[in-house]
Amino acid sequence: MALRLSAIMKTTAARLSALYLLLFTLCAVLLVFYMTSLSFDMLKAQTMETINEEMQGLGSAYQRGGLPLLVRTIERRSRQPGANLYLIADPAGRVLSGNVEGLDPTVLAMEGWTERPFRYLRYGDASSERRDSSNSDATRPEVGHEAIALVLRLPNQMIVLVGRDLGEPERFRAVVRRALVAALGTMGLGALLIWYFVGRRALKHIDKVSEASRRIMGGDLSGRLPVTGAGDEFDRLSENLNTMLARIAELNEGLKQVSDNIAHDLKTPLSRLKNRAEAALSGKRTPAEYRAALEGTIAESDQLIRTFNAILMISRLEAGYSAESLSKVDLAETVRDVVELYEAVAEEVGVGLESVVAGSVIVDGNRELIGQALSNIVDNAIKYSAETDNASVRVTLEASGTDVRLTVTDNGPGIPDDADRQRATERFVRLEKSRSQPGSGLGLSLAKAVMKLHGGRLDLVPANPGLSVVMVFRKKEAGA
Amino acid sequence: MKISTIEPSEIAYSGSMKILIVEDDREAAEYLEKAFAEAGHTAHVAGDGETGFALADSGDYDVMIVDRMLPRRDGLSLIAGLRSRGNRTPVLILSALGEVDDRVTGLRAGGDDYLTKPYAFSELLARVEVLNRRATSREAETVYRAGDLELDRLSHTVRRASRDIILQPREFRLLEYLMRHAGQVVTRTMLLENVWDYHFDPQTNVIDVHVSRLRGKIEKGFDKPILHTVRGAGYMLKAD
Repeated sequence: MALRLSAIMKTTAARLSALYLLLFTLCAVLLVFYMTSLSFDMLKAQTMETINEEMQGLGSAYQRGGLPLLVRTIERRSRQPGANLYLIADPAGRVLSGNVEGLDPTVLAMEGWTERPFRYLRYGDASSERRDSSNSDATRPEVGHEAIALVLRLPNQMIVLVGRDLGEPERFRAVVRRALVAALGTMGLGALLIWYFVGRRALKHIDKVSEASRRIMGGDLSGRLPVTGAGDEFDRLSENLNTMLARIAELNEGLKQVSDNIAHDLKTPLSRLKNRAEAALSGKRTPAEYRAALEGTIAESDQLIRTFNAILMISRLEAGYSAESLSKVDLAETVRDVVELYEAVAEEVGVGLESVVAGSVIVDGNRELIGQALSNIVDNAIKYSAETDNASVRVTLEASGTDVRLTVTDNGPGIPDDADRQRATERFVRLEKSRSQPGSGLGLSLAKAVMKLHGGRLDLVPANPGLSVVMVFRKKEAGA
Repeated sequence: MKISTIEPSEIAYSGSMKILIVEDDREAAEYLEKAFAEAGHTAHVAGDGETGFALADSGDYDVMIVDRMLPRRDGLSLIAGLRSRGNRTPVLILSALGEVDDRVTGLRAGGDDYLTKPYAFSELLARVEVLNRRATSREAETVYRAGDLELDRLSHTVRRASRDIILQPREFRLLEYLMRHAGQVVTRTMLLENVWDYHFDPQTNVIDVHVSRLRGKIEKGFDKPILHTVRGAGYMLKAD
């Protein structure tokens, strides 16, 4: 448990809550102190005003009826419930009348407002204490109530004191302070609880994620991190990591498929190579026959090397080519070059090859790679449409707002099946009908890899009849 | 019209070349040495970059074949070192790396040609023959002649036995390249590189079709073949 708690303390959530708790407490304490002192001052000011009014009343009574009326008025007022403090004393400080039994004698010695609240005893207060005390209670200021008072001297040196008990504002202050302590206590406790549960929840979640990732690291690539569905940051993180895992699994799957394909597609020509050599060695042959056999093996190995080079090139392209190999390429010129290169071949097999290109269309790219990709596509188009009557291949180049589309359309049999069309650009995929044609099954994969490198894509669209292969280049953004 | 085909063994090479091979793979180097000897050339082998540099610096070679990855001193630094000392011996770079970028860096470092492993010896031999610095450079000539065939590089006209032959611009460039290297074997990839300026491996017989069209134009109606096919290697323009 101690370990667990210390682990929680290490979490960001716990640290943040501690900080917030501290800040909040500080603010609350400041606020309460400000409020209490403000209200205390207000109450005190109100009290003083009341005292002033009383004193004025007493003053007018004295003017009207002299000392006797003053004493009478005071005695009458003293008897009222919740009365103020009244006191009349002779110049020596002896109490003549009033409801104050005893007080600090220094209070009577001065004139005007008492500077500090003073302590006093009222008749009927602390009677038990008074009984065993022979001295005046006023000498023991620690007993009694606190009050403030206005002290005046009459022309005959008599002392008049009007005061008011401070019990009320004091009680108010005490109540506020108690409330503050209670509130802070609750807050602290609440923060601790929230802290513990939130931290523990986060830890639990992280534990689950670590456990899941350990499983995945252990080889279970189909495993995924838990997503609670709460949509919180943990879920978002898990979702992102899951997407990443899915991508890795996809790449892994692709790799596996490719190595299977390589194994299969290279095994066939390799065994053919071996068979040819074996056949040449068995039995007597003429030098011309040996020669033919050797030439055959060389041709076979050339095809193998070609396939290897294509695989190597595709993986290099997919791994990302260095950006410095990209420069300004005029696609129109590339189209003219490639069409010119293939025109003769097309004519030979009876396929019309024409291009619709105007002016120049500049993109950022690698001329070699684009030329090679386009050659592969045109080569395919000629190859697969050659059997058709009036076979024709059209190469068009159009620049729209955001894209540059380089389209090669043939009127051959095309690839009617959607799934087949999807698969046609995968490595080594040679659709059933094309198995009889020469080729490595890498031409379109290479074109696709080239387009990906250029930030574009390769689309295969049915042309009814035939097939359109579209190289889509993203146009460079203006000013970029 | 009969197409003339020559066996590589029938080719009489334009005199013996002195070749330096800088290659750390002993077996490959020995094979090259032997093959060049059979073709009538003298080849020396250096097994690492430093030895290669020392030999190239002192010896008088017609062509050098340099592998890119070598012990002690890599191929590109070797070439750059030679060039900075004023050595202009033509260099063909051999490399297992075979991408456009590698070619560009190789040629930038001072190489004259670039060939990716694995290659056919016929391809290497053809390229080395073309690089041979003792072979008279015909760059400066304005009119190429081979037998009764004549190509004027300034007026862009071709005549054979005083008869004008009309060629498409690309056919003209094709013939120009073949005539510049008349008597030498030029391979299909060399033609694609020098006439079309593309360095990839043409999947189909695109080049052959162009050559046979050109052959039709310059041989049809004449009794002697002049553009020959070299079996397993490429083409050669040669008047008897």
